[in-house]
Amino acid sequence: MKSVIAEDLVKTYRNGAVRALDHLSLDVEEGTVLSVLGPNGAGKTTCVRILATLLKPDSGRAMVGGIDVIKHPDKVREVIGLSGQYAAVDEILTGWDNLVMFGQLYHLGKKASIARAEELLERFSLTESAKRPIKTYSGGMRRRLDLAASLIVKPKVLFLDEPTTGLDPRGRQEMWSVIEELVKGGVTLLLTTQYLEEADQLADEIAVIDHGKVIARGTSDALKKQVGGERLEIVVESQNIAKTMEVVATISGNKATLDEGLRMISAPVSTGATALIETLRSLDSAGIHPLDVGLKRPSLDDVFLSLTGHAAEEKKEEEVATTGRRKKAKK
Amino acid sequence: MSAFKDTMIITQRQLRLLTRVPEVLIFSTIQPVMFVLLFRYVFGGSISTGQPGGYVQLLMPGIFVQTVAFTLAGTASGLAEDMKKGLIDRFRSLPISQSALVMGRTLGDSLLNIVVLAVMGIAGYVVGWRPTSGALNVAIGFIFLLLFGYALSWVGIFVGLSAKDARVVQNVSFIVTFPLTFLSNAFAPTTGMPRALQYFAEWNPVSTMVAGCRELFGLENQFGATAGSFPSENPLLTSFLYMLVIMAIFIPVSVRKYKRSAD
Repeated sequence: MKSVIAEDLVKTYRNGAVRALDHLSLDVEEGTVLSVLGPNGAGKTTCVRILATLLKPDSGRAMVGGIDVIKHPDKVREVIGLSGQYAAVDEILTGWDNLVMFGQLYHLGKKASIARAEELLERFSLTESAKRPIKTYSGGMRRRLDLAASLIVKPKVLFLDEPTTGLDPRGRQEMWSVIEELVKGGVTLLLTTQYLEEADQLADEIAVIDHGKVIARGTSDALKKQVGGERLEIVVESQNIAKTMEVVATISGNKATLDEGLRMISAPVSTGATALIETLRSLDSAGIHPLDVGLKRPSLDDVFLSLTGHAAEEKKEEEVATTGRRKKAKK
Repeated sequence: MSAFKDTMIITQRQLRLLTRVPEVLIFSTIQPVMFVLLFRYVFGGSISTGQPGGYVQLLMPGIFVQTVAFTLAGTASGLAEDMKKGLIDRFRSLPISQSALVMGRTLGDSLLNIVVLAVMGIAGYVVGWRPTSGALNVAIGFIFLLLFGYALSWVGIFVGLSAKDARVVQNVSFIVTFPLTFLSNAFAPTTGMPRALQYFAEWNPVSTMVAGCRELFGLENQFGATAGSFPSENPLLTSFLYMLVIMAIFIPVSVRKYKRSAD
């Protein structure tokens, strides 16, 4: 069964001048994770806001948990959790205050709200800072608290809009393990991200969107195959370039390319670390010592480059329309 | 019933914010108290009123009304701040009454007004304000003031939802509220104003509120302009009608705007 269905969603801002969603369709199988991957301004946030009942599409249809989002937004709100791009918790209040308040707003009653709040604080390792105002929290802690707030009534469908944007690597790791935990618990998750790595780590399926449309869809492996997997990159002294290119081409089975300025030789490889080791052995026996060497995973840019032929550039205008204050578009 | 409960929870949040950031309460009280002292001692000496008890008797209702009028700015900037932080999105994605957030905020801001008015009343008493109409009338006067603040706080919801930034909201609200409170009978007689302004001042809701409060606190309204004009003859009735009109327009309009604020 599909827990989330979006069909032909269109949303424009400023009297149609900015088209945030352009006949976007996607769906998420119950109990799975779909990652919506795209650059800033691709329409990720607009899509989530429509599915989470915050925004009405100009046209199209959307169902969440089997309920029509446009006809019965109030019923949809009972089965979803939303954690946005900005940690939407009250900075002045403490973590405990926030969770208890949201629990009460879910009509849990005071006692049950407190119990649930403490349970969630414990689960997200926030118990120690529970009685401190949110403004003293680190970025990662805020996001975790925000996520906790969206889990108060165990939603069937969870929307996470760029849950790790702006976090440092440690915060990102912590967030990922929290999300992985959740997914094991069986929630259906729709997650948006700008990072291929994140989609790779968390999602069963990835939908790449650009200019408000899904331009590619599939498992992470399938997408990577399309992009060409990892690239081997080696920097050597000028006199060793020719020989190194030869070695790289032989081992990778692909044409090696040279960045003359950086003296960097690179080629797509399918065997990852094995190719790297083989190359280093060959170079070593040829008496060549690389200055730098590495495997580069395909980034969002690579995905975009290979899918659309252009880099994942940002569309500033739309970003304003979808993330900051939303201007009401006259229909 | 659940809409009422939701509203109460939001109101509680509002009050809890006050206990966590006492500065808000302190500054929203210091400013009006400062006005009381400045006007009382700077202008009080040069404005002759012929009123027993002097200028401060006329001044206090003026400052009360001015203070509750600033509720508009407070509500508007508070709401704009919540919008900016994305908090409104969270509330709107919850299965709660969609108007609870704005209902709760207007109610919370009115409760803050009770505290502020109490502190001002005490400050006024210290500098010589003595209402002569009896406890009941004074109480009615304060209820009148709170109601006025409540009505304006709904205008504040509208302003807060319309503007882009909390600081802009603050500025816009002051630009509206300041002239309104001064183009009135609050601090000086309107009879000294140019003719056109006199008309404006007489019909200004701030004037009718001030005149109404003066009546309830046991004063003759000596700052009213043209004798015989409807608002200066019936300040309480006029004020009441103003409040009804403001609420009849801005409660539904603001709730509607809030529900659609994302589109």
